[in-house]
Amino acid sequence: MTRISLTVDGAQVSDDVEPRMLLVQYLRERLGKTGTVIGCDTSNCGACTVHLDGLSVKSCNVLAVQADGSEVTTIEGLATDGTLHQVQESFRECHGLQCGFCTPGMIMQSVDLLRENPHPSEDEIRLGLEGNLCRCTGYHNIVKAVQHAAAAGGAS
Amino acid sequence: MTATQERPSAEIGQSRRRKEDQRLITGRTRWTDNIQLPGMLHIAMVRSPFAHATITNIDTSEALAATNVVTVLTGADLAAEQGTLPTAWNITTDQKAAAHLPVAVERVAFAGEIVAIVVARSAAEARDAAELVDVDYEELPAVLDLKKAATDEVLAHPDLGTNKSAFWQFDSAGAGTGTSVDDAIAEARANGILIEREYRQQRLIPAFMEPRSFVCDPTGEQLTLWSSTQIPHITRFFLAVVLGIPENKIRVIAPDVGGGFGGKLQFVAEEIIAVLVARRTGKPCKFTETRSESLMTAHHGRDQWQTLTLAATKDGTVTGLKVDLLCDLGAYAGTVGGGVPILGAFMFNAIYKFPAYQFNCTNLFTNKTLTDAYRGAGRPEATFAIERLMDELAVEVGVDPLEIREKNWITHEEFPFTSVCGLVYDSGNYEAATAKAKEMFGYDELRAEQRRRRESGDPVQLGIGISTFTEMCGLAPSRVLGSLNYGAGGWEHAAIRMLPTGKVEVITGISPHGQGHETALSQIVADRLGVAFEDVEVLHGDTQISHKGMDTYGSRSLVVGGEAVVRAADKVIERAKPIAAHLLEASVDDIEFSGGRFGVRGTDKGLAIGEIALASFAAHNLPDGVEPGLDADATFDPDSFSFPHGTHLCAVEIDTETGGVTMRKYVCVDDIGNIVNPMIVAGQVHGGLVQGIAQALFEEAVHDDAGTLVSGSFVDYLVPTAADTISFDIEHTTSPSTNTMLGTKGVGEAGTIASTPAVVNAVVDAIRHFGVNDVRMPCTPERIWRAIHSRDGGDGTPGAAMPHFSEEEPGRDSVEGADQ
Repeated sequence: MTRISLTVDGAQVSDDVEPRMLLVQYLRERLGKTGTVIGCDTSNCGACTVHLDGLSVKSCNVLAVQADGSEVTTIEGLATDGTLHQVQESFRECHGLQCGFCTPGMIMQSVDLLRENPHPSEDEIRLGLEGNLCRCTGYHNIVKAVQHAAAAGGAS
Repeated sequence: MTATQERPSAEIGQSRRRKEDQRLITGRTRWTDNIQLPGMLHIAMVRSPFAHATITNIDTSEALAATNVVTVLTGADLAAEQGTLPTAWNITTDQKAAAHLPVAVERVAFAGEIVAIVVARSAAEARDAAELVDVDYEELPAVLDLKKAATDEVLAHPDLGTNKSAFWQFDSAGAGTGTSVDDAIAEARANGILIEREYRQQRLIPAFMEPRSFVCDPTGEQLTLWSSTQIPHITRFFLAVVLGIPENKIRVIAPDVGGGFGGKLQFVAEEIIAVLVARRTGKPCKFTETRSESLMTAHHGRDQWQTLTLAATKDGTVTGLKVDLLCDLGAYAGTVGGGVPILGAFMFNAIYKFPAYQFNCTNLFTNKTLTDAYRGAGRPEATFAIERLMDELAVEVGVDPLEIREKNWITHEEFPFTSVCGLVYDSGNYEAATAKAKEMFGYDELRAEQRRRRESGDPVQLGIGISTFTEMCGLAPSRVLGSLNYGAGGWEHAAIRMLPTGKVEVITGISPHGQGHETALSQIVADRLGVAFEDVEVLHGDTQISHKGMDTYGSRSLVVGGEAVVRAADKVIERAKPIAAHLLEASVDDIEFSGGRFGVRGTDKGLAIGEIALASFAAHNLPDGVEPGLDADATFDPDSFSFPHGTHLCAVEIDTETGGVTMRKYVCVDDIGNIVNPMIVAGQVHGGLVQGIAQALFEEAVHDDAGTLVSGSFVDYLVPTAADTISFDIEHTTSPSTNTMLGTKGVGEAGTIASTPAVVNAVVDAIRHFGVNDVRMPCTPERIWRAIHSRDGGDGTPGAAMPHFSEEEPGRDSVEGADQ
């Protein structure tokens, strides 16, 4: 067991974890942050995407011990003071989700995409979301949601 | 009280943002795998690596000794109690099938079949210990190829003596619904046009995003199973029947379910195992599959060889169609399994006025993962075949493929139309949908560009693909299901509870998993009862709350389930009328209900429905003999299927030097009857399109010679990404269904059914001048390149083309093309 201390969605947490424990397992099983989900075992689907020190990562591809001392933001910590992040609003407004399973990862990735490129073209959005799979929407409305968020100043 | 509030317009037809989304976009979700219960144990499966083998020994001692392992169970341990997995649809009364045991006892028949179960205090410990279970196998010859299975040289189940499960035929001459197809073929062979083709429907994987998960809690009075399922009600029934648990002692809950597409429409081994282990240990138990397990062992879809003969006169009037299918069931007959191709049996004739039709289907076992329903289930296969054939016929006749369709389709004046299968198409307008699609697409301009490119020898060629499809939706009239030997009915149930404060609870037997039913049904009830959209709560997916239902599949939820809600709402209004009359001191005959208000004809007196609800709750002043309460329920069994249709047009560019495909434009105009929520409908169409496009261009479940699924992860199974797809232009025409009050027809499967042939027709159209008349799906760059270059007289690759192979676009790669 290894002791780790980190900040998750604004709260300080500290736990003894097995060195092999993945960050996503730590979030779900130890912290009850079940908003972040596991969709595959090869880091292809991106459903588990969170922000690690402000950058998007697939949390199935990060060991919990690697997050020691870091700041993690999950979908559950994206809204501030009860106000949705613009990207969350845009996903609802543009019907960018159906079953909602890929949505946490898709939103977290979109937030990071807009941070890097506040006014992306459609092609840039599509390439920027290439690491996140969705089986329901055909991506059409996800792309629209990111465009909508960008137009509303979603990068901030 | 909100019941009397004015609303600017009707809810139906509005793109209401979804009620479901607030939770889903903030991570406040209830997926089955999220559930943690006190003392919960975790299950890991030991699965066969062999496609066909005898189990000679299982040594569980090392696994049992591992840290925090509670028990290890084999098929032999469970033999007396595990039962066999049921099939709801034996397509013939003499259908053959091997018993499908939840845990194999003596023999495994596909790679991935469960041979042992490890139960431990954590999921990680269970999985670690599963590696320690030592199973000895004696390999048996496996039959993996569908055509070889038909020869019976190698048997998937030696005890059956054959690989053939069943043969099923529909013949229009025999049924009295049409003429003889053999006569039509003979006539065409002599004096007309005969198109004879063999098409392959490759094996696909539904690949829902949420891996399946099951939690069973045996500690309550009712045993509770949470399941990531589309069918909680059917699951409860099967648990009772298979395991002998009294049905009243079972509660099944489908909490948030992350996609299904038919892939969660089965009663599966893992559900039985979760229940058996929970009962044995007395503890809540959870099993969540890995993605690889899901791809390998949750069922697959499609997998047919189609032999097709289309007979026509020289002017292109179709005189008959004969269909011969070989269908791969995999190792066992699934829940719907062998019935899937039968769902396509009545759809090969599509929107056309064929006088003669024959459908022959042979279902075969192989040593592969079983196949079952996948979005469209039988109808995409049928639509692909006929829409490909109509293009081929157009080429033979020498006319535009739209012209050949127009010559043969049912005109809008001819509805209701009885098809050559005897089905009554209630409404439709193929001309209107096609005209609209052509205009949106810029059909004539694109044809002109295609000609220019062809004449100039442009290395990038343009192809235009057409699919004018229909589907049978709204599964299903119970009597029809009975006549097809299906094991259940196709009705749906709904109940409405009028709460004393004027709020409304709607209980439905459908079980949504992404479709937005909570929103759509709220819109319907808001309109019907004149209450606010926000005041309606839709409850579903828990047999303790929704005790009765047939669940969600086959584009049935709105068509059948929505109609049940309408009927329940009307009963609420009828129950309220005498109370309103009594309180308003009027005759019941003078009571009018409109906009949520019961008024007295010719006066301005009235009461809101919420006020009646409160009065009936208090029950202080009700008419004599009237029961307190306004609650009502309804069960709707449709008389007929619904028949949505549409015209889909696709333009692709093909780099003839690399075989690379770029989709340029996709237009569809779907007629799905009345639309409750256009935004939700658009989402269904978009997602459906991409699944159909994925069959055309990307996806295939590939097994190696040993029967191992080599496309067993998202590295190899090419679910399209955002970078592989484009934005679509979708529109609608509206011919309301005449079978229901709502007039809806169903949209869940439309995009998937229509798009596959549109894309392949476009691919073939782009390279037809190289002598190509088919490219097998998925149409990978390699297959397209080979199709072009195997016909152009050369027996090798022109040197000049070689450098282009290294310039493939990212995301256009494929398993088959990887070695190029």
